[in-house]
Formats: sequence, structure tokens, C-alpha cells
Amino acid sequence: MSGATFVGMPAFPVAAHEALGNAQLRHNLAHATGTIRAKRQRLVDEVNANSDWEELRLAGAGVKESALRDLGNQLELLEQTLTANGATVHWANDAAEANAIVAAITKAHGVDEVVKVKSMVTQEIGLNEALEAEGIAAWETDLAELIVQLGDDLPSHILVPAIHRNRSEIREIFRARMGAVGLAAPADLTDEPAVLAAAARSHLREKFLRAKVGVSGANFAVADTGTLVVVESEGNGRMCLTLPEVLISVVGIEKVVPTWDGLDPLLRLLPRSSTGERMNPYTSTWSGVTPGDGPQEVHVVLLDNGRTNALADEVGRQALRCIRCSACLNVCPVYERTGGHAYGSVYPGPIGAILNPLLRGPGADEQVDSLPYASSLCGACFEVCPVLIDIPSVLVDLRAQVVDAHRGGVPKAEALAFKGAAVALSDSRKLAFGERFTRIGLRVARRFGASKWTDARDLPPAPPESFRTWWKRTDGGRS
Amino acid sequence: MRVALMVTCINDALYPGTGQAVVTLLRRLGVDVEFPESQTCCAQPMVNTGYLDEAVPVVRNFVDTFAGYDAVVTPSGSCAGCARHQHSIVARRSGDTGLQAAVAETSPRVHELSEFLVDVLGVTDVGAYYPHTVTYHPTCHSLRMLGVGDRPLQLLEKVRGLTLLELPAADQCCGFGGTFALKNADTSVAMGVDKARHVTDTGAEVLTAGDNSCLTHIGGLLTRDRSGVRSVHLAEILAATA
Repeated sequence: MSGATFVGMPAFPVAAHEALGNAQLRHNLAHATGTIRAKRQRLVDEVNANSDWEELRLAGAGVKESALRDLGNQLELLEQTLTANGATVHWANDAAEANAIVAAITKAHGVDEVVKVKSMVTQEIGLNEALEAEGIAAWETDLAELIVQLGDDLPSHILVPAIHRNRSEIREIFRARMGAVGLAAPADLTDEPAVLAAAARSHLREKFLRAKVGVSGANFAVADTGTLVVVESEGNGRMCLTLPEVLISVVGIEKVVPTWDGLDPLLRLLPRSSTGERMNPYTSTWSGVTPGDGPQEVHVVLLDNGRTNALADEVGRQALRCIRCSACLNVCPVYERTGGHAYGSVYPGPIGAILNPLLRGPGADEQVDSLPYASSLCGACFEVCPVLIDIPSVLVDLRAQVVDAHRGGVPKAEALAFKGAAVALSDSRKLAFGERFTRIGLRVARRFGASKWTDARDLPPAPPESFRTWWKRTDGGRS
Repeated sequence: MRVALMVTCINDALYPGTGQAVVTLLRRLGVDVEFPESQTCCAQPMVNTGYLDEAVPVVRNFVDTFAGYDAVVTPSGSCAGCARHQHSIVARRSGDTGLQAAVAETSPRVHELSEFLVDVLGVTDVGAYYPHTVTYHPTCHSLRMLGVGDRPLQLLEKVRGLTLLELPAADQCCGFGGTFALKNADTSVAMGVDKARHVTDTGAEVLTAGDNSCLTHIGGLLTRDRSGVRSVHLAEILAATA
């Protein structure tokens, strides 16, 4: 049931063109992002009424930064404390290694299914597809992830992966698909949110009670106590983390925070920035194995998968501070119009536009190279980021890396145009000469295209003379 | 105080009236503004498209042109933003410590027009008369890169005869974004159409902003749609008198 894939997605402008034609998608997105934006803003205002949101952002960024600057030591400490707590730590360089580790542990217990907590990192590595290839079914238990999985669909938002679906579409998916993989939806299913949630609850409960192996990610990994943290809204995560006998958590190496105290600003920033709540309903923390309580076999897979490359990027490394809140998606005018699928990755929106090239390296793939350009550089993302990631500056730096990666080959028309512009714009006499042709240039553009502009927008009329000609002719307007 | 006008390449070629308005306005306020003729462009189109090597000679020309001025005034939040926040990136890329020092000297002296009027000259009433209904779009780089805040609105509120109408969702980007408007034309237009709709919803006769680049994009949609709304740069409103 996992036919949908981001592999082979076209570059952003092509994918966006298709998405922009979907009126239902545009409507769903504008409504959903608008609602979350307003909720978040109310809570930021509330914090500012009593203390200072900017100080909280600085504190949160500081915690993540202190871990990243000392990452090697922090990870070794995390391994020690986790091991001392009874967990088994595994190291994975890439997706294939991580998937193989999870599959091997699952098979060792002789089961053919796992229940999953919503997790970005397991989507990043394509864990469900890898397990399916090994004959293991991975059941998503987050409501929205369930909708995506049942609909043979792809996530389009970090926090609200089914944001592109409305409730009548969800009803259809439940009716058509639930029965094939477990408890069917009731015959009298309506599109009332409470009714839909009840159907999902019954469907999932059967899986929770049966599963022997649970799989999760982690929002944070505390080095000094050897504790993993999962933040969620529905309680399905708590079920997966406590009911199975075996728990496997795949954790990106950037998730480490040095101390328990460091969670303080982060747990205040995250729910306010993501769902627009003061506090998320469920925060689960576990430190290895607790005898007689919860999973008695706990594995932690620490994953690199490009993060070391990102850490080596002087400008881009700040992206590793990301706590996956999705405030940048909700405020982004590009995301609001195109939705998440156009970004061709489980990480869409502004953070995806920098994270994907940083993890995978610029210059290797046309789709990845198109992402840093999928922004008008309006800066709204930086304004809301709870850990102060300067996304516009990273975008601009990555654009330079994309251009640099293609220097030396046969130059594209764009590269030639900019080389020409550099010559004209470094000498005002050459520019003044070029400006004599403004009028004819605009006429040609109107007549023969520059269609990327003129398909929807008029060009301005040509002035009788340039400013510099006027200044010279009139002595700056004095004569 | 020696004050230079950085007119910007787009105003030089397409909107000389905006540059002339800045000259008229500043002279009225007692500033004898100069136009150093060797100026060309701030290099933002290159920087924001990723062509840093190509930006180096343009930034070099910029600092050579404006060295020695106490203030550089420009009717563009975007170009001021590039000079203040991005020239240092280009200079670092060049590896030329002389250029880095020159940029460090010049960058802080570059002011967007509303900043120069309110912060440097300390005026909000510039003696303008403009008997029209106007709505104001805060361009992203003036709003978020420079942080001009409500300075343009303070200036517009003091213009006699002018009725200011609030633009809904004003702080949302219009979708211009430089080469974004061409590289991602469909998304750019989708953003612009929403902006244009908000503008016409106000019922204003005139849309104003501090950047002619954004106004070219929104205005191009407004005229294609035969909306009857005119796009006029902030400088031209502030320069107008009875």
C-alpha cells in the first residue's frame, strides 16, 4: 500500500504549476495555514504580555547551538547514558543502514508488523517501504499519517501531513481503505470530525494491542540523562511507546540537547510555534528500560544521513537547530499556494528548501537544486522561526552553491546573461549605452514574449529618457 | 552633510519620475542631493540568484561611487537591504580585504528613503499635498530586512488631502522576489493575484510602496485586470504639492 513516492518528482516550478491548478488544495491550504497562523500569533502575544518571546527564541536557539558546537562529545555522552539506562545504541551512516538495523531487530522477534509513532526521520529514510520489502507491515498510528497511508498518498506538511485533505475526502478514504488492512470503518460513517476520529480510534486500537514492536523517532535526546522525548497531540504515541515489548527509536544526530534543563525553552517554543497551543497534550519521556514497566527491550538508532555534511556548511549548519515545528510552512506565501508535495520531499516549505540541499548536497540533482529558488525571499519564515534560523540567508547562500556547482561546464543562458550584466553594471557608461534601448527592448518583450512575465502581467510603459539622461540634460533639474 | 542619491537601475531605466521626485522632495527639505553618475546597480539580482563572482565588480563600482558621502539615499527598500546586508557577503567572496573595508565603510550609510526622512532628517510632515485615496503595501525587504516599521505610514499620514486606506494582509509578500518572478512565474503570479485582489478590495485609487520592483509586478497585474488602480512610488506622493 506504499506506491506513492517522492522519488522522481519534477523540479519545483513544474510541480508547483500542477499544484496551483488544484483549487480544492488552494482552498484547504489557505484555510488551514491561516487558522494555525492566527493561533500561534495569539500565543506569542500572550508570552510578550508577561515576558519576552525574543528571549525565549534566543534561549531555544542557544540550547541547540551548544549541542551542535560540541556534537561529537554530546553524542558519545548520549551513547554512554542510554547504554547505562539499559538501551542498545546503534549508529547508522545513512538510510540503508538505519533501515537494515530496524528490519533486523524486528525479524529477530519473529513478527511481521510494527506500530509507528509519527516521525519525520523514518519518512526521510523511507523506513515503511524498506520494511515492506522485508515482509514487515509498518502501521502509522497518528491520525493524519493514517489518512496519508490509507490514501496511498504522500505527506504535504511536517506537522499536519494530511493538510491537503478535507473531511469529506477523509471520509471517502476511511470507507474505501480501512477494511483492507484491519477493522473496517462503520457503515454509517459521516464526515463529522468526532465520528471520523472514533473510526480511526477503533481501527488503531486493535493494532496497538496486538503489536510486539513499536517504532518511533524523537523530538529531543537528552545527553546527560540518556532520555528520549516525544511530543504529540493524540496519545497514539504514548500507546506505541508503552504497550509493545520492543521499542526502536530512530533519532537524527542533531536531536541531542546537552541537559534536561535545556528542554525548558524548547518545550515552551515548540507547541506554541507548531499547533498554536501553550502545551501539547502528550509529552512522553523515557530513559532506557524500566524493569516491569513499558518496553523491556529498547533500541536507539542514531542517524547521520547527510547531517555531518550540513554541519560542515558554515552558513547552512544553523538549519540543524530546526525542531520541526512547521511555523515556517504555515507563514510561507509560497507554501500556502503550492502545498507541500511540490517540494518533492518529506521536508517541504522553507525549511525543506534549505534542509534537502544541505543533507543531499547541491549540484547533484536538478530537483534538489530547484528548492533554494522556491522562495521570494520575503523573510516571513525567519520572523517566526523559534530557533532563529535565518532561512533567507541560507537560501541565498545555497543558490550560490548551486551556481558554483555548475561553473566550468557549458554555461546556461542565465549564466551568460549574468556574466553580461556584470560587465554592463560595473561601468555606468556601458549601462547608459544599454539604456538607450529600453524603449525598443520593452517593445520587443511585449511583441515577442518574455512570456514568463507577460502571460499574466503588463510591462510598464517606457519613459522618454532615463534618469541619468534627464540629470545630464537639465543639470539635475536646475536648468 | 554630503548626500548622494542612489536612484537604482530599475528607476534609472524605467521610472525616472521616482528619482526626480526624490530630488524635488530632498531639495524642498533643504538637502542638496547629488547624483554620482558612475553609479549602476546594487548587485542584488546577481546575489539573490547565486552569481556572487558576477556581483563583485558591481559592488566594487558601488563603493567607489559612493565613497566620501555622509549618506546615500535610495527609493528602494530592497536595494538598501542589499547594500546594508549583502554587500559584505560579496566582499568576503572576493577575498579582497580592501573591498571588505570599503563595504564596511559604505554599507551603514545607505538609507531607504523613509528611513532617511524620519531618522536622519527627523521629519514626518514633508509638506506634501495629494488629494487621493491611497493604500500602502509594505515591501518585504523594507519591512523585514531593514525594519522600516511604520515610517512610511507616518509620512503618508501627514500628507494633506490624502486618505489612507488599510490594506488587508498587508505584510504578505506580493510574489515579485526578483528572478523568482520569472523562475517561478506561476507561483509568483498566484501570490500577486491575491495581493492585487486585496488592493482593489480597499477601493483606493492609488497603490503605493517604497519599491518600484514590487509595484511593477502588482501594477502589471492591476492594469492587465483593468482595475483602474494606479501604482505610484511613495517618493512621488511625498514630492507632490498643491
